[in-house]
Amino acid sequence: MTDYSEAFKDIPGTVIFDATQSRLGYHLNMFCMALMKAEQREVFKADERTFLANFPMTEEQRQAVLDRDYNRMIALGGNIYFLAKIGATDGFSFQNLASKMTGASEDEYRDMMIKGGRPAKGNRSKSEWEHHG
Amino acid sequence: MAKIIAGVGCSHVPAIGAAIDLGKTGEAYWQPLFKGFEFSKRWIADEKPDVVILVYNDHASAFSLEMIPTFAIGCAAQFQPADEGWGPRPVPVVQGHPELAWHIAQATILDEFDMTIVNKMDVDHGLTVPLSLMFGQPEAWPCPVIPLAVNVVQYPPPTGNRCYQLGRAIRKAVASFDQDLKVMIFGTGGMSHQLQGPRAGLINSEFDRRFLDKLTADPDGLARLPHIEYVREAGSEGIELVMWLIMRGALEEKVHERYRFYHVPASNTAVGHIILENPR
Repeated sequence: MTDYSEAFKDIPGTVIFDATQSRLGYHLNMFCMALMKAEQREVFKADERTFLANFPMTEEQRQAVLDRDYNRMIALGGNIYFLAKIGATDGFSFQNLASKMTGASEDEYRDMMIKGGRPAKGNRSKSEWEHHG
Repeated sequence: MAKIIAGVGCSHVPAIGAAIDLGKTGEAYWQPLFKGFEFSKRWIADEKPDVVILVYNDHASAFSLEMIPTFAIGCAAQFQPADEGWGPRPVPVVQGHPELAWHIAQATILDEFDMTIVNKMDVDHGLTVPLSLMFGQPEAWPCPVIPLAVNVVQYPPPTGNRCYQLGRAIRKAVASFDQDLKVMIFGTGGMSHQLQGPRAGLINSEFDRRFLDKLTADPDGLARLPHIEYVREAGSEGIELVMWLIMRGALEEKVHERYRFYHVPASNTAVGHIILENPR
């Protein structure tokens, strides 16, 4: 099991939602589940900080939500399918969230996808990212 | 006796559902994609399956982190479209086939696959987008659908080989069902895509095309592909492709590849589609 999980750590720019992440992010992800109901989305939007206080998350996790810092939320145990519910509450598509996580503008990201996406070449191993900066 | 006549592989990108629901299918961005499903719509209208077994993954809609079943079979009479944060998709309620679903659940459990039986489950884009792509926008879906939800969100998901073997068990289970039914099985999700982190937007057409080739001609070899290869080569969400192996395992060893379509992009994702027919 250790070898299984370790192998994924060589893949750059990627967090695998394994047992460690799942335990870390349980309450963050369960907060996202609350946004599946229209009335809860309204309550959240009206006062985000108070809404977040209902969930036993770390202060770091709450701040990452308030900042809409998706990479940070993922590092703190968030899973993208759960976090996408925050994006939907804000009226943003998956593509918009993805562009935010890559640091590109939505137009730049959309253009990259139309041109065939980010190639696997150069993006398979962390060693490839280190060599090219 | 019931018989599986064909398998369909199909991506289930949420943006495709949104394009259909918002009437954007004629837009330049979407046109090539929907054109790729015109043949398939005619084909399935001619074939008229009596039941579809639809293998998909739930995206934190019916299953949160409270319960994470590896394989969950929907045995209910009906399944409501889920609210995924945008309100439910305006698509028909999915009618189940409890008799066949329960039969498959029992037969596969006795065949040593520990299925989770689900009697209440909202179905998200993972299930409804493939239905929209294959059946369009009818008032009611033309046949009952048995949802088979696979965990590919929490690691580890089932191995490709486990999925392939489950497909084989489903093949036996369907063949032992005492009603004359034409059954189809859909394997959905994929193809290459990554939705998270700085590596988001990864697409690997070479991997995807090889996957489709092997799905038809060398499924035994494909079933041995480890998770790390899916994630490295096809992106973190490319792991969804293990679900296509359930569909393939449910078909005969030798199949006829009736149709194939591949398109990049739909939003963040490479869209793959294949129709495999069992020998008549």
